[in-house]
Amino acid sequence: MSESQVKHITAPFDISTATSLRAGDSVRISGVILAARDAAHKRLCECLDAGQALPIDLTGHVVYYVGPSPAKPGQAIGSAGPTTSGRMDAYTPRLLACGLRGMIGKGYRSQAVVEAMQKFKVPYMAAVGGAGALIARSIKKYTVLAWPELGPEALALMEVEDFPAICVIDALGNNQYEVGQAPYKTL
Amino acid sequence: MKEISCSTITEAVAQLAIKACCKLPHDVYAAMEARVKTEPSPVGQDILRQLVQNADIAAQESVPICQDTGLAVIFADVGQDVHITGGDFTQAINAGVAKGYVEGYLRKSSVCEPLFKRTNTGDNTPAVLHVRIVPGENIHLRLAPKGAGSENKSVLKMLVPADGLEGVKKTVLDAVVTAGPNACPPMVVGVGLGGNMELACILAKRAAARDLNSVNPDPAYAELEQDLLQMINKTGIGPQGLGGITTALAVHIEWAPTHIASLPCAVNINCHAARHADVVL
Repeated sequence: MSESQVKHITAPFDISTATSLRAGDSVRISGVILAARDAAHKRLCECLDAGQALPIDLTGHVVYYVGPSPAKPGQAIGSAGPTTSGRMDAYTPRLLACGLRGMIGKGYRSQAVVEAMQKFKVPYMAAVGGAGALIARSIKKYTVLAWPELGPEALALMEVEDFPAICVIDALGNNQYEVGQAPYKTL
Repeated sequence: MKEISCSTITEAVAQLAIKACCKLPHDVYAAMEARVKTEPSPVGQDILRQLVQNADIAAQESVPICQDTGLAVIFADVGQDVHITGGDFTQAINAGVAKGYVEGYLRKSSVCEPLFKRTNTGDNTPAVLHVRIVPGENIHLRLAPKGAGSENKSVLKMLVPADGLEGVKKTVLDAVVTAGPNACPPMVVGVGLGGNMELACILAKRAAARDLNSVNPDPAYAELEQDLLQMINKTGIGPQGLGGITTALAVHIEWAPTHIASLPCAVNINCHAARHADVVL
């Protein structure tokens, strides 16, 4: 993938950046992103159910579905590749309605999530699953924001520099999993 | 009678855990390197290159290949002439898992109970332990960490004899297509055929944890492994599901005798981080 095809973006971002990404784009993200997976998503939605404020205003933020391994001394973070996004599907539309503007994970999303992405103009990006040691090099700082008792599942903020991802479903609903697989399907 | 102490077992398991999580087996590494040249999709090639680079970093820095260092699945073949001394075998295994996962900075992904509390046990115990008593005076331990992305895509179908070969092919193919990018392709697909419900699942797990280049000793099953691999690589899924011909690196089948009315078929998928490490005590 030549560098000229890569889109460099800064997170958090606005709707115009969100809608500028197209399925298939190679993306490098710098700035600050959120880290949350199953248990943190459950707690975020429990806050909403209880009418409580979330630990952070989600507006404009990108969430990375990740549960890192522990940092060794001198490291910012351990291995930190994406986890399977589909497990967050049950919670995602509510968080998009709260202003969440991007998602990074791996794997398929439900129809309900794709519809909510189009409604709220949110792209979904994939990082390479199982490349946790490589991806960790683009994560400069990891700070737990809430629920430290959840260990690797705590809600956290990450400072990232040229974090590598591929836009797989854009805000228009174009799906790179479908487009990318079709030419190689010979069964 | 040979004596093996529990402390020896604990230390061996701790070292296996770190080795298995940080060092990709050479055969898997070589297979991914080779597929960079044969994968026609540029995105697929790029992903395979990144996975090779990732394995290099993990080995050099002794950090996990993947942050999901899994539940610790341990296959223990215990020689019947071994006398285990100084404690309880299962406790010794679990102490080794705890030591390896804590001291090796591996992720603790085990919760104490599945439904109500789901509290992290903090040291990745308990292990999932499969013990066989075998002839001899050694203990062979294989530790195969198994992440949930691929494990969650496991399938068990209680096929019947009339479903036959086509039923088996369809079950395996459906499992792979449903898993798609979620199971982190290129995958290693383990298939367990025959036995009964629980045996088919354990056979599939053993198959998924086999050495990458191993083939079933029965020629008919070896041929089926190749047929299934070719079918899977025609699905178009490709590396990370973004398209290509490298959807699986291998298909492994293990089988057992079964009931006249049954054809159990279990599929256990391993992600490209097809990790395992062995020791003989």
